Amino acid sequence: MSKDDALCGEFFMNGDTACAEGAISAGCRFFAGYPITPATEVAERMSERLPQVGGVFIQMEDEIASMNAILGASWTGVKAMTATSGPGFSLMMENLGLGVMLETPCVLANIQRAGPSTGLPTLVAQGDIMQARWGAHGHYEIVALVPDSPQEMFDLTITAFNLSEQYRVPVLLMADEAVGHMSEKVVMRRINQKELASRPRPKVVPEEYLPYDSREGLVPPMAVAGGGYRFHVTGLTHDDRGYPVMTAEAQDKLIRRLVDKIRLNAKNIIRLEEIGVDDAEVVVVSYGISARIARYAVQKARDEGIKAGLLRLITVWPFAEDRIRELAPKVKAFIVPEINYGQIVREVERCAAGKAKARLVPHMGGSVHLPETVLEAIREEAK
Amino acid sequence: MSRTEVRLSGAGGQGIVLAGQILGQAISLYEKGKFATFTQSYGPEARGGSCSAEIVVSDESVGYPYVISPKVLVIMSQEAYDKYTPNLSPETLVIIDPDLVKPNASKKFKLFSIPATNLAREMGRVVVANIIMLGFLTAVSDVVAPQALKKSILATVPEGTGEFNIKAFTLGYEYGLKQAKRSGA
Repeated sequence: MSKDDALCGEFFMNGDTACAEGAISAGCRFFAGYPITPATEVAERMSERLPQVGGVFIQMEDEIASMNAILGASWTGVKAMTATSGPGFSLMMENLGLGVMLETPCVLANIQRAGPSTGLPTLVAQGDIMQARWGAHGHYEIVALVPDSPQEMFDLTITAFNLSEQYRVPVLLMADEAVGHMSEKVVMRRINQKELASRPRPKVVPEEYLPYDSREGLVPPMAVAGGGYRFHVTGLTHDDRGYPVMTAEAQDKLIRRLVDKIRLNAKNIIRLEEIGVDDAEVVVVSYGISARIARYAVQKARDEGIKAGLLRLITVWPFAEDRIRELAPKVKAFIVPEINYGQIVREVERCAAGKAKARLVPHMGGSVHLPETVLEAIREEAK
Repeated sequence: MSRTEVRLSGAGGQGIVLAGQILGQAISLYEKGKFATFTQSYGPEARGGSCSAEIVVSDESVGYPYVISPKVLVIMSQEAYDKYTPNLSPETLVIIDPDLVKPNASKKFKLFSIPATNLAREMGRVVVANIIMLGFLTAVSDVVAPQALKKSILATVPEGTGEFNIKAFTLGYEYGLKQAKRSGA
């Protein structure tokens, strides 16, 4: 792989394309997917770029197979991703759970459109945020990032690969149609190899290797298929050897570790952007395209002398519980504009625990909030 | 915070979206200290359906990415005229292709017109109507500098067509300068 594989410089491009370029810069060399508006441009770019850099692009028969293919690719040692939107995201849920259970690093970009079902294929929504958290069955933790610009589609795709490698967990890039399809300047800097995380590798000889060895930490070393290390993986509850063990004790040990490796590292995973939060009486909590509208509204509110702030969730999962708990006694209200009928607002309300009001500013999808709508909510709560 | 909004509208196949991309890129990459966000909307059809490209320009990063009240509105189909001219600010500069759009005389906004499609046909390639239109827009408004737009055209159009496209741009630009002089703008 030559160091010139990744593009560098300033480009005017849409978010989906920037996501694909971020993946290339992160070292992703396998993409399997099925075209769907508004995520198709990710696949389109990858189909052009991966052959240029010695990678593999496969258009699969559907999204179920796409998710499976990237899990398999990841086990051969490459960084792999897929991209989809609502209907495809639903189809991927079962194998997303498999990815969590097998502890397979991979990245899944969901360029959200309005649902449920076919919904509004070409138009924006943020309705899959809870699905990202709980969409597969069983209890698990996941990492989900939300970009608010083409620049962040590039940057956060790299972050997504790093987190997935570091914690051996599928990472979701929960973009939306607005950010995926808008074009802006994207600065692609040269990514130093040291900035890229790799999954922990076995340090022992093959005879001593245990695929789910957790003695050294919560994230077990991962062998490469065909690399001389024998291993067995299964969606069944398994022990350190990777073999099925059908007991409550094995379940207890495994699920605690799968959850704790994210939960106990939440502080290291969570990224937030804060504007004027420190002295704020009203804090707008938002993410993705909605946070851009909120930023505009918060600025206008400040111009009117209202102490408003913006807390932008760059990481939605794990949720920034500690920050909301810390702010709750200091603010009058949290305002949560999101393009759904109330998802993240539930988390905010839970963490505010009655110490501050959590007010939803909903939008059913198909377009974005008008800044005035968010501003009016800020004015009312500041009274 | 200064904010300028531009909408280009017409039918699918006229190069509206590409024109928006070229304009947004010109401002974003080739002008200093300016930010531009380009979005598009279109119907399900590949050709013939109405489509619109929106460019928001600011001297700081753009928050709300869509057009609220355009400073410049380019219209290349009757359907787009009917859709986008109600509730326009009297300050909006409207540019039409008179062979494709019959304006309503009672509407109050600054109206410019250029037969971009026919001029392109006379040049031998109707596909450059969008570039002629961009040249005209550059001349009659202060949205973008001509040098930046030319650079953006050259960075975008297929190899070997640069010179032809710059010719189309210049045709529209000079046509625009004459009209701007006439109207005293």
